[in-house]
Amino acid sequence: MPANKFNGFTEYGIGIGLRAPHYDHILTRKPVVDWFEIISENFMIDGGRPLQILDQILEQYKVVQHGVSMYFGSAEKPNREHLRRLKELVKRTKTPWLSDHLCWGSVDGRYTHDLLPMPYTFEAAKLTAQKVHEVRDFLEIPLAVENVSSYAEFHVSEMTEWEFLNEVVERADCGILLDVNNIYVSSQNHNFDPLEYVNNIPAERVAQIHIAGHSKYRKYILDTHDHPVIDPVWKLYERAVQRAGHTATLLEWDDSIPSFQEVHDEALKANRFLASTLLAKAV
Amino acid sequence: MKLLKLQRTMARAVMQPLTESERMQRHAPDGRSMRTYAASFIKPNDRLTSFERLEIYNRQYWFRLLSSMTEDFPGLRSVLGSRRFEAMCKAYLVDCPSRSFTLRNLGSQLESWLRKHSEWGGEKQGLALDIVRLEWADVEAFDGKAEPALQSEDLGAVDQATLRLKLQPYISLLDLQYPVDDLLLEVRKDDDGTDFASNAFQERRKRKRVQAVARLKPAKIFLVVHRIDNSVYFRRISAEEFAILLALRKGKTLARAIELALRKTSIQPNERAASVQQWFTNWADLGWFCQTANF
Repeated sequence: MPANKFNGFTEYGIGIGLRAPHYDHILTRKPVVDWFEIISENFMIDGGRPLQILDQILEQYKVVQHGVSMYFGSAEKPNREHLRRLKELVKRTKTPWLSDHLCWGSVDGRYTHDLLPMPYTFEAAKLTAQKVHEVRDFLEIPLAVENVSSYAEFHVSEMTEWEFLNEVVERADCGILLDVNNIYVSSQNHNFDPLEYVNNIPAERVAQIHIAGHSKYRKYILDTHDHPVIDPVWKLYERAVQRAGHTATLLEWDDSIPSFQEVHDEALKANRFLASTLLAKAV
Repeated sequence: MKLLKLQRTMARAVMQPLTESERMQRHAPDGRSMRTYAASFIKPNDRLTSFERLEIYNRQYWFRLLSSMTEDFPGLRSVLGSRRFEAMCKAYLVDCPSRSFTLRNLGSQLESWLRKHSEWGGEKQGLALDIVRLEWADVEAFDGKAEPALQSEDLGAVDQATLRLKLQPYISLLDLQYPVDDLLLEVRKDDDGTDFASNAFQERRKRKRVQAVARLKPAKIFLVVHRIDNSVYFRRISAEEFAILLALRKGKTLARAIELALRKTSIQPNERAASVQQWFTNWADLGWFCQTANF
């Protein structure tokens, strides 16, 4: 939904990820951008240039935090140092909501720095939801969990990925960062209908949408964020905004990053689909 | 399979080193065949076996971590050569897997680990250790904490006998056997031309690096890794300056630090006071001292 309790009742438009190759362009040209998404971990530091840049960006733009290593699905407890630093950053950015992935990536205190897939079990859903609760209680800010791209499925899974996502967000009463590119990638890797996924998520919980490009290999697709968004992903996006409404949308482009203008233009293509949601609302 | 058990099972396989040809190993950490190990918890599909699906994660893990190490330690890579550097990183990451939520800290144990594993540095062990210390100091200086700085005028009327000055947390003091600051700057200058991808260019660059390492002779230097306006700099200082700063960092009083530093100095007695005063003025101007309760 456009503004809901999972995105702090905000009406953000189309944003792009804040990436180092664009710092100079943004700070000198001051382009009009609805908002930037930052990778929280890049700024959970004590000082230096990254925080200086962030403060300059914050003076002029709206910023939303997106994390890559909270690992809501890891069986271990949240890392207290991580939470402390994250909360410090939340105070600095005043992000209206915060997102991280529905995945795991660490075990016994060892980090893989990857977004590893969850087994879709009731036990995992319960533990993950508890962790989302715990993190939200500590951070005192709305949270949204993002569906990841995956390349493996587990024998122990008891439900589909979207059923698992629903189970977690209902139990945790949290939002969804719906990544339609990830849905597409996983659908190709695991032979399911991506539209069925989009049609079955609780639309009222969608706080934000991610769009991105990916790389196709002979036997699987990798979520590389290094290409423009392809048409089948735009189709999923169209369906997602039909269901969820004019939702805050962000283009991720993390590798082989082109010029700022090229990235922003690619993101603004989302307007084609968002406009129709406004029309539908008006009618 | 319970969640924790499944995650341990998968993590053990994902974090197991790749083969020489960058594929997943044929044997699992528990001695079973990796095909059996992977099939015990991962489903195959119509295109990929359980082994192949697990291998995607295994390869991603190593590519990501090795890329991070390469980014943080280009100088060490030049000293050891690309192949040896990569093999060393694999051995290091097996012994010291990441225990931090951020890749920024991946190399935090490298100096102490390399000290215990001199086989990687071989004849260049001293040089390798020096460059690792410098590169890690660079990471610390880049995003370390900065306290409000003392100004040089604050140092005018202090009681040297009791005053303990605190250095900025982002500063590292390095006593090095090789002038690795020059080497690292050269390596970085070289890396700026990465858009040029021709084989001839890559070859020239490699040759230049090998030459730079080969001509680096031992020469003791004292270095402060610090930052000005959030840019990191390397500043060479004298042995006496280094001794004072080191003593201050260890918590000695100002008077004691100066006394220790000048014990064996070759600076003429009549020039010492002026030298010390100049040093402190410079350091304060560079913002190296933090404000403390004394000020």
